Amino acid sequence: MPEQPRDSVGLVRPQKAHFDDPLPLACGRTLPAYDLVYETYGTLNAERSNAVLICHALSGHHHAAGYHDEGDRKPGWWDAHIGPGKSIDTERFFVVSLNNLGGCHGSTGPSSINPESGRLWGPDFPMVTVVDWVDSQARLADHLGIERFAAVIGGSLGGMQALQWTLSYPQRVANAAVIAATPKLSAQNIAFNEVARQAIRSDTEFHAGHYANHDTLPRQGLKLARMVGHITYLSEDAMGTKFGRDLRSDDLNFGFGVEFQVESYLRYQGDTFSNSFDANTYLLMTKALDYFDPAAEHQGDLSMALAPAQCPFLVVSFTTDWRFPPLRSRELVNALIRAGKSVSYANIESPHGHDAFLMPEPRYQDVFAGFMRRVADDLGLSAISTEETAHAL
Amino acid sequence: MRSDLTLIHQWVPANSRVLDLGCGDGTLLHSLARDKNVQGYGLEIDPDGITACIRKGVSVIEQNLDEGLANFEDDACDLVIMTQALQALRRPDRMLDEMLRVARECIITFPNFAYWRHRVHLGMRGYMPVSKSLPHAWYDTPNIHLSTFNDFEALCRDKGLTIVDRAVGIKNHEGRLMSRLWPNLFGEIAIFRVTRQD
Repeated sequence: MPEQPRDSVGLVRPQKAHFDDPLPLACGRTLPAYDLVYETYGTLNAERSNAVLICHALSGHHHAAGYHDEGDRKPGWWDAHIGPGKSIDTERFFVVSLNNLGGCHGSTGPSSINPESGRLWGPDFPMVTVVDWVDSQARLADHLGIERFAAVIGGSLGGMQALQWTLSYPQRVANAAVIAATPKLSAQNIAFNEVARQAIRSDTEFHAGHYANHDTLPRQGLKLARMVGHITYLSEDAMGTKFGRDLRSDDLNFGFGVEFQVESYLRYQGDTFSNSFDANTYLLMTKALDYFDPAAEHQGDLSMALAPAQCPFLVVSFTTDWRFPPLRSRELVNALIRAGKSVSYANIESPHGHDAFLMPEPRYQDVFAGFMRRVADDLGLSAISTEETAHAL
Repeated sequence: MRSDLTLIHQWVPANSRVLDLGCGDGTLLHSLARDKNVQGYGLEIDPDGITACIRKGVSVIEQNLDEGLANFEDDACDLVIMTQALQALRRPDRMLDEMLRVARECIITFPNFAYWRHRVHLGMRGYMPVSKSLPHAWYDTPNIHLSTFNDFEALCRDKGLTIVDRAVGIKNHEGRLMSRLWPNLFGEIAIFRVTRQD
């Protein structure tokens, strides 16, 4: 851990909540019991009115801010926005961030034991959707004694969960921020996901998802899947600026080894990812992305689908995001307008492509901090003293 | 609040649905929401304006007015307001059509190019006017379609629109009577309330 910045939440510890209440899923199956791993930052006030839920993206997890131990090189994935004095000010808000069901960072998923068989779930883990995640998150909120979130926030796949919250539990969301997301995937988005899945499924070590039983991992497939994904998260400009056509050595080799810097970078990213992420989870989460489409039950009319929502929305897109381009955010904004909902929309100039939602872009921070400050002011949240801690945690 | 905004604030009926084009920092919408339970959206392209709106809790959409209002349905609002933006649009006439598609009534303010000080600037001194209402130099101004009280009235006449109300924004030391009698000469800011004929 680098010397701890003053606006960091500091050392944090993941917690685990166990649920015995069976969870009915959109796919028709039921999860008999499950664990959710989560982290919290800040203090829940006595009225329990200052809780903020952070929903993670495809490969994300519960560790959104701070450090796990002194040796950590990097903080949580959204540390730029969570901490004392930051956009999501932990002196005013109590932040909850969890690892979704089906994940591979502690919450019940394909790499957990199926209590009914006593063996790993593996590919038999039921398909989970954004709707299911939101249901499970609502139960975590119950567990933490949070009736209503001051804000539900997410980027990318996390933004879809924030949106779904406003439809599944409108009474429990005071504000929602949907960042770099889309109300449904395009055919091109689904196509990229399918290439990623095929890369995994065609790895000879995949064994129809039972790779653990064969004491192996489909590393090559997962690496390829991540490489494809990674390309879609960056912008052409960002890649060009970072790597250009720079070579690793002075001469061309006229072979298929690593010659360009960008090749080396992608392979490194793919390797790192394939050593830390579960292939079945990747398959599951890309499917959850593909399936998300709240308008589907309303003959494709998104504004009708949005009717239940009650809270003010913040929608943010980034100019160079081609994974979920600004147009897709506009689609959501326009449907919210047609539905007569309160919504603000900002399209942030950024060179970083889809990944911009994780970065500390000054205008993005201004917009986000402005939104969160208004949320806190509206709810009358002041800075919390430590004595004010809620008791039932 | 700016003098034209104060006047508009009085004109807007309570509980109405309003669209404010080029809403700036959201001052007008914020005060209308607070004092008159007005709901609505502001459209803006200036990043600082957008952030200021979000901080105030004003619903603001980042949108370029030159691209039209296609994301708003016919009669989506009771009133469309556009203060000091008409002159910066590529096609003010088309925007007027759009505004009166989205609402039956609209309020528009713009700098009156025929204001006497502007006339002096151009007529006597031979330079493009620079004033409080037209603060830019000719080469860097966003105001590409300057017009006068008379020009705007002619446009409304051509389009068969009804001018319900007309007012002027003036400097404090200039007589209200003069500007009421001769708005095209003594009005610095033109303020119009226009409806379509259904």
